Amino acid sequence: MINIPSTLRISFRALRVNKMRSALTMLGIIIGVGAVIAMLAVGTGASKRIAEQISSMGSNLLIILPGATTAGGVRMGAGTQPTLTMADAEAIQRECPAVQDVAPVLNGVAQVIYGHQNWSTGVVGTTPSMLTVRDWPLAAGRPFTEQDIKSATKVCLLGQTVVDNLFGDMDPIGQFIRIKNLPFTVIGVLVPKGQSAQGQDQDDTIYVPVTTAQKKLFGTSFPGMVRIIMVKAKSTENLAPAEKQMNELLRQRHHIGQKQENDFTVRNLTQIMQTAEQSTKVMTLLLGAIASVSLLVGGIGIMNIMLVSVTERTREIGIRMAIGAKTWDIRLQFIIEALTLSLIGGIAGIILGISGSKIISALAGWSTIISPFSILLAFGFSGIVGIFFGFYPAYKASLLDPIDALRYE
Amino acid sequence: MPIIEAKDVTKVYRLGDIDVHALIGVSLTIDRGEFVAIMGPSGSGKSTFMNILGCLDKPSDGEYLLEDIDIGNLDRDKLAAIRNKKIGFVFQGFNLLPRTSAIENVELPLLYDGIPARERREKALEALNKVGLEGRGDHHPNQLSGGQQQRVAIARALVNNAPIILADEPTGNLDTKTSAEIMQLFVKLNTESSITIILVTHENDIAAYSKRIIRFLDGRIISDEKVGRS
Repeated sequence: MINIPSTLRISFRALRVNKMRSALTMLGIIIGVGAVIAMLAVGTGASKRIAEQISSMGSNLLIILPGATTAGGVRMGAGTQPTLTMADAEAIQRECPAVQDVAPVLNGVAQVIYGHQNWSTGVVGTTPSMLTVRDWPLAAGRPFTEQDIKSATKVCLLGQTVVDNLFGDMDPIGQFIRIKNLPFTVIGVLVPKGQSAQGQDQDDTIYVPVTTAQKKLFGTSFPGMVRIIMVKAKSTENLAPAEKQMNELLRQRHHIGQKQENDFTVRNLTQIMQTAEQSTKVMTLLLGAIASVSLLVGGIGIMNIMLVSVTERTREIGIRMAIGAKTWDIRLQFIIEALTLSLIGGIAGIILGISGSKIISALAGWSTIISPFSILLAFGFSGIVGIFFGFYPAYKASLLDPIDALRYE
Repeated sequence: MPIIEAKDVTKVYRLGDIDVHALIGVSLTIDRGEFVAIMGPSGSGKSTFMNILGCLDKPSDGEYLLEDIDIGNLDRDKLAAIRNKKIGFVFQGFNLLPRTSAIENVELPLLYDGIPARERREKALEALNKVGLEGRGDHHPNQLSGGQQQRVAIARALVNNAPIILADEPTGNLDTKTSAEIMQLFVKLNTESSITIILVTHENDIAAYSKRIIRFLDGRIISDEKVGRS
């Protein structure tokens, strides 16, 4: 018969007798558990931030830039040659099955005026599909229509930052603003998106119909020219096929020969970000694993102390055996002692880990996320460490010969 | 009616390359309610014999029956259960758990017998009363005199109603006056509760409290005589 409450009481008493020693032994586990929680919090925070940036960018996004990375042996930045047109965008939409939506972009910087307020911001000429491509819904108002594109109407959608700077608390819908001195009607406001992966304020923007931008705002060197084309693939699996289909289509449309280089570049931002997210996850695991090592070291500390304790208390073990303690009574007593050490250490470690993550957040400005899973993991792990490293000393104790143990001085 | 029957009990230890014959064919019967003193010089085998009687050790050869149970066939845990229920130990050095109150020391055998807490407490108090330690239950061993510590140990031996008490030089660490008090307590337990008491001692005046004296020498019983209690 094993009596858990009494065994617990015996364990607590034994740990109280050597307060300093128990506290120092626990310290190993406290630091281990604290480190696991803090490291996972930092890692999870970083992954979450990247995931947020991916979704704010628009999921499954591909960007086509004019110009190749090299042209005639001279390295050129992508986007240096104006080679993309509205017709390219329409062709991609029509002929690439892996593509869900296409939004051409012709942008520039312009001074915007409303009443006495004025603001310099990025003006983006695009089509209605931009909102789907970038997963960017409207907070109020209506999007452009195909009619707006066809007739190059002077309407615009405002980002939240522009609204804040020009209108303050006023409702901008239906108001007129002047972009490059031309009057535009505000028909909608975009929901706030926050910072991009590069730290730019994505809300500091105005959307106008692409045709309006071409004809009235940013005169182009040839008709129908756009600066970049944004493409949303049908799914993550469709990103690579979409890239391939667009490459083939554009090479054909731009009459590029077999050995010539592309005069455009397709960038898979989603993939880049996903790679970043993946590597952050690997880093999280790595940090967690390194922190786990300290938990393991803490466990060895427990085993060490328990072995000392068994030796010190040989006589006590002998007495207990003489008056009827069975093998498992003795084993459980020492396992529970080790478990008590590791679990109290685990709880203190959770507190340390949580406050540690908060301090890291405050000092380094990193976002940290403490998941319940990581707490459960660290606590469970410390329990397993207690049982695992407590077992050998307990096993050793239970094998003592009662006669020798009673004689032990 | 015999409570203890040893038939041709032999114990051989290996010490390095030498076999030490600690017991050579010891046969002995002890009846329920007897008060036996075991005497002999050190190395005579009396301690080995006591360890076997106490089920702390098993004979190498021969048979030991305790209440008709053959001890030689039992494993560690069964032996522990027998010690728990049938035998109360009283040691020369008291062997109480340090930093543990008297009453918790007395409760210990009940703990390993799976008795619930409240019943443990009641039985332990009763046992402490029996040995004359009313109201000392909360004292720790280091707050008690030698005589009182030995009384706690006796209470611990009594608490599970074991039919046998094995006392290994129980007065070895006590002065003459306290020794006499402890021995009178054993006599009282023997006569009033008819507990079988087996006592190991060096001293003749301690042995004189018993009703039968068995002398060991070189692993054998050399004399076994009934004595009248003076």
